[in-house]
Amino acid sequence: MFVQILFYAFSAILLAAALGVIASRNPVHSALSLVLAFFTSAALWLLIEVEFLAIVLVLVYVGAVMVLFLFVVMMLDVNIERVRGGFIRHAGLGLVVAVLVAAQMIGVFWARDLGVDATLGAPPLPDDYSNTRALGEVLYTQYVYPFELAAVLLLVAIVAAITLTLRQRPGLKPQDVAQQVAVRREDRVRLVKDVDASGTGPGAGRDASPRGGEGA
Amino acid sequence: MTALLDLWASLPDVVRSTAWILIVTVAVILSVAFTTLWERKVIGWMQLRKGPNRVGSIFGLLPGIFQPFADVIKLLLKEVVLPSAANKWLFRVAPAITLIPAFAAWAVMPLDPNLVIADIDAGLLYVLSLTSVGVYGVILAGWATNSKYAFLGAMRSAAQIVAYEIAMGFALVGVVMAAGTLNLGDIVRAQEGGLGSWFFIWLFPLFVVYLISGVAETNRAPFDVAEGESEIVAGFHVEYSGIAFALFFLAEYANMILISGLTAVFFLGGWLSPFEGVLAADNPLAQPGFHWLFLKLFFFLTCFMWYRATFPRYRYDQIMRLGWKVLIPVTLVWIAVAAVMVHFRVGPWSAN
Repeated sequence: MFVQILFYAFSAILLAAALGVIASRNPVHSALSLVLAFFTSAALWLLIEVEFLAIVLVLVYVGAVMVLFLFVVMMLDVNIERVRGGFIRHAGLGLVVAVLVAAQMIGVFWARDLGVDATLGAPPLPDDYSNTRALGEVLYTQYVYPFELAAVLLLVAIVAAITLTLRQRPGLKPQDVAQQVAVRREDRVRLVKDVDASGTGPGAGRDASPRGGEGA
Repeated sequence: MTALLDLWASLPDVVRSTAWILIVTVAVILSVAFTTLWERKVIGWMQLRKGPNRVGSIFGLLPGIFQPFADVIKLLLKEVVLPSAANKWLFRVAPAITLIPAFAAWAVMPLDPNLVIADIDAGLLYVLSLTSVGVYGVILAGWATNSKYAFLGAMRSAAQIVAYEIAMGFALVGVVMAAGTLNLGDIVRAQEGGLGSWFFIWLFPLFVVYLISGVAETNRAPFDVAEGESEIVAGFHVEYSGIAFALFFLAEYANMILISGLTAVFFLGGWLSPFEGVLAADNPLAQPGFHWLFLKLFFFLTCFMWYRATFPRYRYDQIMRLGWKVLIPVTLVWIAVAAVMVHFRVGPWSAN
């Protein structure tokens, strides 16, 4: 009963947040609504006892992906009016997506009538069951090749993104950190004997002090 | 006393865990208050000053002991100025967003062999995800203020935290490999067997990386470019005043205490005694307990102040270079080394 109340509460927040993503005029507000949507989905996942995936959803999407998203959205000066203008143009595509989503939902309920009930949820798990371990065991044995392939794919994407944005412009004077670190005092500071022998000059009597050398 | 203990044991679980949550929260808030005082004292001593010594003294002892309370009362009485160009709602919410994760992470902290509020299997991931959520407060504060300085601070902070989170996560991968679990209590238990089996010896490079990333994650000197008072005034909280400013302060110190505690748990055996195995098992010094965690936590907390008193602030591009080009490669190499050690059962892994 309590779980059901929680489920409906989180679902309501999730739907409101999802609406907020597409309805708010300010792109930063949209991004923040998306963060809230991820968070509530994680809470919903916790209700069906998949704590590993729920926490990873928060860690990866909320903690990293959306931070970068916000970073970009805040920097870009998005012209809201022009973005709005595309509404009619993209309405057809939107309609197709909406129909597809609706069809999937109907499919789930239709399957229940056929006897395959996907809405019941998983049976309660034993106390010592750790889905972190279970996931790890499957991921690194049965699905190890797809897993490694996905990793390589991500690496290729990183390398590609860097090569695309890396420009070798002539005339730049970047700092060579190794050179900066390797500098010793002797390279920069030279101590000289005071040439003013009369003893009345400004440098008199200071030749041994570091300041006397700095001026030379 | 036994009657009280019986009464405590007879309470339902919900009541008991709520009571523990309250106790831990109040303890963290009080620790934050005295950490601010301790920081000013320590830095004062390091710079040959006295630090706060006016407010309150008990029979001439501990002068300045009530300074934190005086500060809080002062900040509470001050007006919270709301800039007219600010995004009102986000401006108010941002301090709370930084504060909540800093406190919520304490739920999985193993305080004692038998005491942890939420003993969850993926505790380490929980801590990582919460600390990564804290950055939203900084970014939103900077953006909602609608000021160039605040926005620059927010941008710097976002890039810095994302970069150091990776180093931090990799360092913890080594810990997880060594302990074979994500549960913080079990990570401590995996370090049982005296000083020699604490992870900071076997995972020393990861320990150093974690410590450095911890300082960077909390936006503390020498990584405090998000504040950078010499170039961007006070960064993301430039327009915050009164208690709204105090909340940022509270979050920063709560995060410092948390990171110190986590360093103790991951690398220095949490509540384990350093004399375990050296002294006889019935010696009180060899017993595990909260006091050991407290001592270790206090040591790292004082280190945070030490860094602040001694190091000049990093330049922004140097921070990025250190994070991406030094810390991450170091962790990658040592994860490989740790894998070899685990596989060939070297060191503390020889037993199992």
